[in-house]
Amino acid sequence: MSEAPDKSTLRIDLRLADPDGFYQELIDMTKGLTEHQALLVNAKLVLLLANHIGDADVLRQAIAAARKGIDGSA
Amino acid sequence: MAMYSYPHFDYSPPPEIGASTPAHRPVIVVGAGMVGLTMALDLAMRGVACLVIDDDDTVSLGSRSICQAKRTLEVWDRLGVAEPMMEQGVTWNEGRVYYRDDELYRFDMQDNPESKFPAFINLQQYYVEQFLIEAADRAPLIELRWKNRLVGLEPSDDRVTLEIQTPDGRFSLTTDWLVAADGAKSTVRRATGLDFLGEIFQDHFLIADIEMPVDFPAERRFWFDPTWGPEQSALLHMQSNNIWRLDCQLGWDIDAEAEAKPEQVIPRVRRMIGEDVDFTFEWISIYTFQCRRLERFRHGRVLFIGDAAHQMSPFGGRGGNSGVQDADNLAWKLALVMAGSAPEELLDSFDVERVEAARENILNSTRATDFITPKSTGAKAYRDAVLDLARDHPFARGMVNSGRLTTATVFTDSPLNSYDQGFGTAGVALGAPCPSVPAAAHFEGGARGSNEVSDLLDVLGGGFTGLYFAETEVDIPPETLAALRDLAGRKVPVDTLLVSPLQNAANKLKGLFDRLGAVAEALAAGPGSFYLVRPDQHVAARWRELNLEQLDDAVAIATGRKPAGNLGQTGDR
Repeated sequence: MSEAPDKSTLRIDLRLADPDGFYQELIDMTKGLTEHQALLVNAKLVLLLANHIGDADVLRQAIAAARKGIDGSA
Repeated sequence: MAMYSYPHFDYSPPPEIGASTPAHRPVIVVGAGMVGLTMALDLAMRGVACLVIDDDDTVSLGSRSICQAKRTLEVWDRLGVAEPMMEQGVTWNEGRVYYRDDELYRFDMQDNPESKFPAFINLQQYYVEQFLIEAADRAPLIELRWKNRLVGLEPSDDRVTLEIQTPDGRFSLTTDWLVAADGAKSTVRRATGLDFLGEIFQDHFLIADIEMPVDFPAERRFWFDPTWGPEQSALLHMQSNNIWRLDCQLGWDIDAEAEAKPEQVIPRVRRMIGEDVDFTFEWISIYTFQCRRLERFRHGRVLFIGDAAHQMSPFGGRGGNSGVQDADNLAWKLALVMAGSAPEELLDSFDVERVEAARENILNSTRATDFITPKSTGAKAYRDAVLDLARDHPFARGMVNSGRLTTATVFTDSPLNSYDQGFGTAGVALGAPCPSVPAAAHFEGGARGSNEVSDLLDVLGGGFTGLYFAETEVDIPPETLAALRDLAGRKVPVDTLLVSPLQNAANKLKGLFDRLGAVAEALAAGPGSFYLVRPDQHVAARWRELNLEQLDDAVAIATGRKPAGNLGQTGDR
């Protein structure tokens, strides 16, 4: 296992011990919700996790990675 | 309780009508609103005579500024007008935020319970202006002219020429310095053709001022998405004379005329205050707003302050307060320039500092507006997520933005700042205003008409002030004492006070008795420390251990006579 890289860099190596299990939990989280409710629950999850992470640099990188390619822009 | 009765001030035909050449005034302020009047009072306090013209003959019409912030009260106190404001205004420090039916959290804006003034008073703008006008009328150096409307303007390198319209005809005046305090629709700004760019917010808000004698506390109450007005935020806040301000979001696609009718407004009011309370309307209007500013506030001999320079949304109460603080920033600089004690370049620092303040204010009021009225599906999801989480999670409460309330701007990158030696992040930073903390002194012939000092701010705000910390005057090295006394006699004098934990510790210097140690604590000062404070009470330089050579330098930098970039390598900067 390689050393953890600089703390201020967004980790993009797979860190989930059970990726399929986590994926299932995400889907279950939004099961049975309306589109509006799903939007809300995802937004809440983002805020909870962002606050837990706390590091502004990491969050900024995550936001940039998320936004990339969505509307045809780089 | 009687509703406010608008005073009407006297107009008299100007003596200049029919004159062959325009009369000249050293400085003219256009606009006798809360900002223009503060400017005139500050200039007068500094010995500068000014003419103030206004196209109307009464105070602010309708319902505008109400939250007068601590820093603004401190400015007015410096000008001797805070007393009537405090007597008439409603003190408040706390607020509550609701989401649907639940209270999300409470906040307290008072960061310093020992300060002379509360975080805010609520006082209607018509009262603010009434008290400022009463003070201006008592000031021999201020000439206030009503029904004098600016209709033409011609700035040049060495003067500004004005054309003024009155009921008895037109006349021209020239001036060395024109201060534009004529509001959002500024004639001066239009005449100079300057771009006033920013953002329009696609939303409408209803303001209703109601007279309602009730025993509710004076806290600011804000509702997000109330059950009685879904998707529409609302604000309830107490003003003077049992007048309550209601502010309701209405949306963009509305019939404004219909919504402003009392029959339409009454049910909204009822939903907020219940069915059992009697009330009458003092004012109803519907408004939209913009966030925008001039790129620069100084254009040669024309200086813009208040709404003439910058407009913002009302969330956070930053409009009137930042305008008053513009005047506080400009007056001492203009007075020094007019006296020939500082170069005109000093006025560029007004531009730098107050543009920075405007940027900060516009950013904060825009962000509040975006939170209160989210503009996209995604934004609304996040906004509602924050509110939802805030019920159970403290971290989310910090993100709820119903208006970040105004605080004084710290001019971190001001060109007037210089030496910052030995404090780190402790004490009062360069560019920050000194805080209100208890202290005592008794001066013979005090500049403010009152010889009793009860607060640090009472001794700041005339000219430049030095605060030298020591137990007694004997502790000051003789050459330092001689140099400090010498500074008091310079062209731009620095008046040094000995700040001591002992009473009567000073002899040749004036003394400030730091009776609770509050001054030393707030400024993180020890024996030998020195703060150089500007005439607007903001810090220009400070030393843990005073360096006399640097002090001379610091005064030159703080008056625009020398750029800060030429600092030597000594000290922390």
